[in-house]
Amino acid sequence: MSDSATSTSVDPAWEQVGRFGRFGGRFVPETLTRALEELTDEFQRAQRDPAFQAELDGLLQDFVGRPSPLYHARRLSERCGGAQIWLKREDLNHTGAHKINNTLGQALLARRMGKRRVIAETGAGQHGVATATACAHFGLECHVYMGEEDIRRQAPNVFNMRLLGAEVRPVTSGSRTLQDAINEAMRDWMASVASTHYILGSTVGPHPFPTIVREFQSVIGREARQQCLQRLQRLPDTLVACVGGGSNAAGMFSPFVSDSAVRMVGVEAGGRGSRGGEHAAPLNYGAPGVLHGSFSYVLQDEDGQTAPAHSVSAGLDYPGVGPEHSGWKESGRVEYTTCGDAQALAAFEALAMCEGILPALESAHAVWQAMQLAAERSAEQVILVCLSGRGEKDAAEIARLRGIAT
Amino acid sequence: MPFVTAGDPDLEFTAEVLRTLDARGCHLCELGMPYSDPIADGPVIQASYTRALASKLRVPDVLEMVRQTAPQLAMPIVTMVSYAIIYRRGLAAYVSEAKAAGVSGAIVPDLPVEEAGELSAICRGEDFSLIQLVTPTTPPARAKQIAAQSRGFLYFVSVTGITGERTELPPDLVDKVRWLRGETDLPICIGFGISQPEHVRTLAPVADGLIVGSAFVRRMARAAETSRAQVLSELGDFAAQLLEALDSSSSSLSADAQAP
Repeated sequence: MSDSATSTSVDPAWEQVGRFGRFGGRFVPETLTRALEELTDEFQRAQRDPAFQAELDGLLQDFVGRPSPLYHARRLSERCGGAQIWLKREDLNHTGAHKINNTLGQALLARRMGKRRVIAETGAGQHGVATATACAHFGLECHVYMGEEDIRRQAPNVFNMRLLGAEVRPVTSGSRTLQDAINEAMRDWMASVASTHYILGSTVGPHPFPTIVREFQSVIGREARQQCLQRLQRLPDTLVACVGGGSNAAGMFSPFVSDSAVRMVGVEAGGRGSRGGEHAAPLNYGAPGVLHGSFSYVLQDEDGQTAPAHSVSAGLDYPGVGPEHSGWKESGRVEYTTCGDAQALAAFEALAMCEGILPALESAHAVWQAMQLAAERSAEQVILVCLSGRGEKDAAEIARLRGIAT
Repeated sequence: MPFVTAGDPDLEFTAEVLRTLDARGCHLCELGMPYSDPIADGPVIQASYTRALASKLRVPDVLEMVRQTAPQLAMPIVTMVSYAIIYRRGLAAYVSEAKAAGVSGAIVPDLPVEEAGELSAICRGEDFSLIQLVTPTTPPARAKQIAAQSRGFLYFVSVTGITGERTELPPDLVDKVRWLRGETDLPICIGFGISQPEHVRTLAPVADGLIVGSAFVRRMARAAETSRAQVLSELGDFAAQLLEALDSSSSSLSADAQAP
């Protein structure tokens, strides 16, 4: 796509301070502020550098396989009996999810800054694999922090990262999941900041990460917008995406923000219920607070201690959310709903049976929401879902949940 | 200046530790408010926070312990506390509750100077010290800006990294602190990595105070498995060793007694 990395939807004033409304900012130890300023400057220079954009666009086309298809899920739409459900097929990207859009962009930034070592955090392992892939491609040293509990649950991705030359470092502190993997990556960065770039995997963390990740992921929305105009001669009526940290949703939504007729719905993990510890839905059930370097909605107890999250989907199992989503919630531009574990599993099965597509459990949350909306709408309406990843990684877990031997 | 984690394993023990360290002549104590996601802390302090939170420690309980204990102490107490905790309580409410409990100031490790405006204004109004940090990665112009915002003392982080005992400290540390000394009238206290009497002897001539954290917290952690009296006596002896190294190498360390 010739224009795939050029346009931007952000208010320039926000860029300056890293704020989305009152959310965002940079709540990190002083040790990291210089590196974050250097990263902000380098990112801005790269955005204006045609050679950087051309190299990224070339990689997205030839290495990732972009543009990802826009697909009309006809049988699923018929089953819901209403509006048309279309899918933006990020599951067809190299490494099987949208994560690679960001890791290639940030690996290019690391190379520009002369940093030969990369660290990353991962939960389910998708961002870890995408980071390991980008590092193998550019010959960068790669260390991935992953909670001990997640290493156990996501063994195939751990093996894939190792095959790609990355060192997977088990995190044994705190909850031993994504939340602590981010803490551990930040701690590594505190000591290695002069020689190391931290490739954060979502639109979370201190400024400029939410902006950088959003920009690299916005290729999703830019392509989708162009594909809709070409194939349907109009914009979609509704966009739906799942929200954990929120990178696929931010990438899908941001190019449509000024299209006021396009309704946007972010779907958080409703887990098993709305009580503390049963879900991973800070925008629905949390409150504004500080976590991992930014001010945003977060699941916390009365003292500001981060509260445990739960989702059947490891990629959504996170107590915070990107600050831009908090900004969109507060301004009313995006609606945020929840989809529970059981509903996501039902949507997984529906998409598998109707369309021959196994979605990632994360993406299945968005599919379920789209199915509900479609049933209430007329056949002229177009609902576009960001199908952020593929579901092979989840097949064994689903079999276990259903009591099926694999 | 020792750093101790509040509530590890319980607040009763923390109060005993404060009394012991005060009796041994420590000039100021930094009290760590346990937080779930302390990204500036190494394994020893992290683990102490995890243990304290696992026993359902609450922020108001920590402040209540300080309220009861501080009047018995000659040394002032400042808290090391995450902005997540302060924000949740409410900025003004936290500062007034901490001050009422007898806390002299706060070090907020995840609040860089550009985000600190609102809290800084509240602290100034309450005469509560918001202590700012300068690190080896802070450029000189920014260090001056931070020093101008700091109250009570200026915290110089010795290493690029997280808290924890080091055998060696950076070779240019003394020069960096000496430079900063010319840029501010505030007392300068150095922390992170300092754990041995040799470190104290090296740094004492350039610093107004030295902060030792993990080396105390590691010793305190033994309270869960051995006699508390034994641990308290070891902590006291360790503090005395450090203070002796301090006295032998500097005569200009009165400043931290007036800090916050």
